[in-house]
Amino acid sequence: MAICRIDTSACKGCGLCVNACPKGILALDDHNLNAKGYPPARLTQAELCIGCAVCATMCPDCAITVER
Amino acid sequence: MAVVFEKPKALANVPLHYCPGCTHGIAHRLVAQALDALDCADNTIGVAPVGCAVFAYDYFNCDMQEAAHGRAPAVATGIKRVCPESVVFTYQGDGDLAAIGLAEITSAAMRGENITVIFINNAIYGMTGGQMAPTTLVGQKATTAPYGRQLVGQGSPIRVSEMIATLDGATYVERVSLHDAANVNRAKRAVEKAFRRQIEKKGFSMVEILSTCPTNWGLSPVEALNYIIKEQMLPVYPLGVLKEE
Repeated sequence: MAICRIDTSACKGCGLCVNACPKGILALDDHNLNAKGYPPARLTQAELCIGCAVCATMCPDCAITVER
Repeated sequence: MAVVFEKPKALANVPLHYCPGCTHGIAHRLVAQALDALDCADNTIGVAPVGCAVFAYDYFNCDMQEAAHGRAPAVATGIKRVCPESVVFTYQGDGDLAAIGLAEITSAAMRGENITVIFINNAIYGMTGGQMAPTTLVGQKATTAPYGRQLVGQGSPIRVSEMIATLDGATYVERVSLHDAANVNRAKRAVEKAFRRQIEKKGFSMVEILSTCPTNWGLSPVEALNYIIKEQMLPVYPLGVLKEE
């Protein structure tokens, strides 16, 4: 059981977390742009998250918090 | 449930101004994580450069000082000599450290100042709009090298870490990269080690961090990590410890 929280207001939609996620469960949400106009990352299948924090390790904006 | 990753306390809770996917953000976080791990943020003075990281003084929860372009190691020298018990670091890009500030970094290392230098090498001038830097790769395009850097006339890139490692005053020099999570974790250990060595009064330490500039390289952030850093920068800038004594 792991929880991955993404601060969508801090996300700049760079996609480094999407590229890094070993489970392939992150995607950029092109339909819900944040206040800065970026497509924030979101979990597509939260139940598959293993809490490895690779996404957070690659996030340049510290927008991801991981609990396990 | 335990928190396995959260924003480090030494990193200020403000949005970074960097472009999307710029790895300056990761490098900032590594410095903040090192200050947290060593529990020294309250006793740390950082020196910010001129360049994209010019606003670094807003991003760390420690005392910060802005320096004139390239002069961060000289300013850090003064701070360290007046406050020898403080942890003093500079955070500089390649335009700041490898071009206009080459004299200051070389002299600080030569004198063996007990400071830590975090050197971000993205092989281009970022803030001013993608001009060729001394660290630009041969063949790499820049606004001032529209056909790519030419070996004849413009030379090949300067390897600052190798050069600094030849100086007796430098005691720890390592080059790391941020192109994947495993390398980010290696970089984290290197940055922490550089700060720990300063606290142990072991002398001048420098960590060169290979970084990206997706905007001025004209690539997506993911392409920048894979294409330039992994395939083109690593052969020119080999990773590893260049000096430790």
